[in-house]
Amino acid sequence: MPPFPQAAHTALADTQLRSNLRHATHTIRDKRQRVVDEVDQWEALRTKGAQVKDDMLAHLDEHLLTLEASLTARGAIVHWARDAAEACAIVAQVATDHGVDEVVKVKSMATQEIELNEALAAQGIAAWETDLAELIVQLGDDLPSHILVPAIHRNRSEIRQIFLDHMAGSGRPAPADLTDEPRELAGAARLHLREKFLRAKVAVSGANFAVAETGTLVVVESEGNGRMCLTLPEVLISVVGIEKVLPRFADLDTFLQLLPRSSTGERMNPYTSMWSGITPGDGPQEVHVVLLDNGRTNVLADEVGRQALRCIRCSACLNVCPVYERTGGHAYGSVYPGPIGAILVPLLKGVGHDAQVDSLPYASSLCGRCYEVCPVKIDIPEVLVHLRAEVVDAHRDGWPTGMDLAMRATSVLFADPGRMSLAVKASGVANRVVAGLTGLPGVHGRSLPGGRAAIGRLPGPGAAWSDARDLPVPPRTSFRTWWTQTHGGRDETAGGRS
Amino acid sequence: MLTCINDTMFPETGKAVVRLLRRLGVDVDFPPGQTCCGQPMVNTGYLDEAVPVVRQFTSAFEGYDAVVVPSGSCVGCVRHQHGLVARRSGDPALVDAVAATSPKTYELTEFLVDVLGVTDVGATFAHTVTYHPTCHSLRMLGVGDRPLQLLQQVRRLRLVELPAAEECCGFGGTFALKNAETSVAMGSDKVRHARGTGAEVLVASDNSCLLHLGGMLSREQAGMRVMHLAEILASTQDQPAVVGS
Ligand code: SF4
Repeated sequence: MPPFPQAAHTALADTQLRSNLRHATHTIRDKRQRVVDEVDQWEALRTKGAQVKDDMLAHLDEHLLTLEASLTARGAIVHWARDAAEACAIVAQVATDHGVDEVVKVKSMATQEIELNEALAAQGIAAWETDLAELIVQLGDDLPSHILVPAIHRNRSEIRQIFLDHMAGSGRPAPADLTDEPRELAGAARLHLREKFLRAKVAVSGANFAVAETGTLVVVESEGNGRMCLTLPEVLISVVGIEKVLPRFADLDTFLQLLPRSSTGERMNPYTSMWSGITPGDGPQEVHVVLLDNGRTNVLADEVGRQALRCIRCSACLNVCPVYERTGGHAYGSVYPGPIGAILVPLLKGVGHDAQVDSLPYASSLCGRCYEVCPVKIDIPEVLVHLRAEVVDAHRDGWPTGMDLAMRATSVLFADPGRMSLAVKASGVANRVVAGLTGLPGVHGRSLPGGRAAIGRLPGPGAAWSDARDLPVPPRTSFRTWWTQTHGGRDETAGGRS
Repeated sequence: MLTCINDTMFPETGKAVVRLLRRLGVDVDFPPGQTCCGQPMVNTGYLDEAVPVVRQFTSAFEGYDAVVVPSGSCVGCVRHQHGLVARRSGDPALVDAVAATSPKTYELTEFLVDVLGVTDVGATFAHTVTYHPTCHSLRMLGVGDRPLQLLQQVRRLRLVELPAAEECCGFGGTFALKNAETSVAMGSDKVRHARGTGAEVLVASDNSCLLHLGGMLSREQAGMRVMHLAEILASTQDQPAVVGS
């Protein structure tokens, strides 16, 4: 993937994409706002959510051992995976042990993060996504662009076309007379998926929460497809990030309130499925739980970045992000897009060795809306600035960039007011010389702060600014010169006008 | 404090702050030792480069009761990020100095409403105005409706509401250069909303955001002007603010 600014360039040029995104994010953010406003104690609830997660993270090792013990006691088989490769190998091994060439999947970010579908495909095992939006992405041979609504970048008529073109290739074809009515589209998906549910022997899921005390895994969803996967097949493999653990069953209370309101804008999520190991004669009779690190312990070791592990993947931050709204999820080049992706990916992967990853902390105007809506109070702007510092530090030994030089020069200038005054005077003179030589200020009658004339297009690096924005012609005198000349503004007539 | 960008690019804002505060009976000084709050460096990740700038800030404002700044984002940097820079420097004296200067640093409207306790500053401004609450004023500082309270008391001013006012304008410091296209896409929406109000003047409390929006309005030859809130509050019957040409 190219770095963010280049990837965004493509997305920004796609007007259909921008209108799909704008419509979808605004609908969902308005819905969220309405149901959040209903809760009197929302702020207290957010604080509680953040606290529970922080306490959990402080003793993560103990909680994970408790979780392992309670899961094992209830008949589940617990595996530990250090990275994506180990996790994928474990899942593939279980599938191979059961001699299957296909598995059904519950929508899960952890399995996307480790690129499980691709790893299974390499072993000749097909992984069928059963979440409606994931299905659309999978059939369209596309990439997800949103945590909750992976096909948010598609509209109804695009979805109809994908169903018509691709359903036949992986099972029951779409009806030939399919329209783009949501009911019909959902109906076609239901019939297509039903065949797969009834046939599958092995299912793969993630978990939204894993309760240490009781060994309970929890999946919340809207469609019920997850519940089909979690109950019908004989074997269930759950891949769970180690930060998903909650110490006590009672902790679920807080999160089952925070999550649906923040993510889908619903008061309650329609389906909450819980399973703890094996129940004889009911549901899967073999349950594997893969506890996944894949960079999470590195995040835990980062004092500022650690808070990102509180994330419950609600996607509220994506839906309010002005950058995400214009560029879409693909520009982030990762399964975690938007504000959370801009911090989580560099935290998980580390900075300083990949230009694409290093571009992510800069993919934000730091407007702060993500922090405002985050149900577990992750201060995303704070982490972004922290990561920018890490990116800069990681490159300090290298050849300096234009930005490095500019920042060093301004630092030297601003550390010494004497130097600054001189530079300000010099630039005032230089600007007048430039203006005289080039005929500037030539663009009169335009509007800029101070009502000044404008400089039009600039050459070189200045073009990044001036492609779409004028710049005011600098004033003749700086404020500090005026202040000295007018004795602190007491003698205004002495100072020249700007 | 008069922020580096106001000092060098928008001296009229500084003059307005001086006039306004003097009119309200405040003893105003401009210590020549001030330069910049360090925000461009901090927000771009150059924390080492920010250390001497923060040090300069604390030494320039050591002896004063209050530091008044006509910029929400600069105050945000002083209040929320100077501590970080000071800790990074490993110099306990700088940590203490920051702890002393940060709490007495106010954004202009906070100082007027909370410290001086005024919302009617005796201003007159005979134009239609729409107000853009900049992100850092709104969310990092939580200035709330203080700027609107002040604008509502300005004589002859007609205030019209800006649709989607809380949306970011897309400036974001070096974001405007590093992600210029996204920045401009955000700015065009803001400008479209602002023009739709029919107001003559788009006002905000941060000249950096206005530099970006004004730059777009100017390129579009929109006729709409941008002005810093301080210039409107300083404007009087006898000395009216100039609304550009
Ligand atoms: S960072 Fe916060 S708002 Fe964003 S997905 Fe995670 S929990 Fe939700």
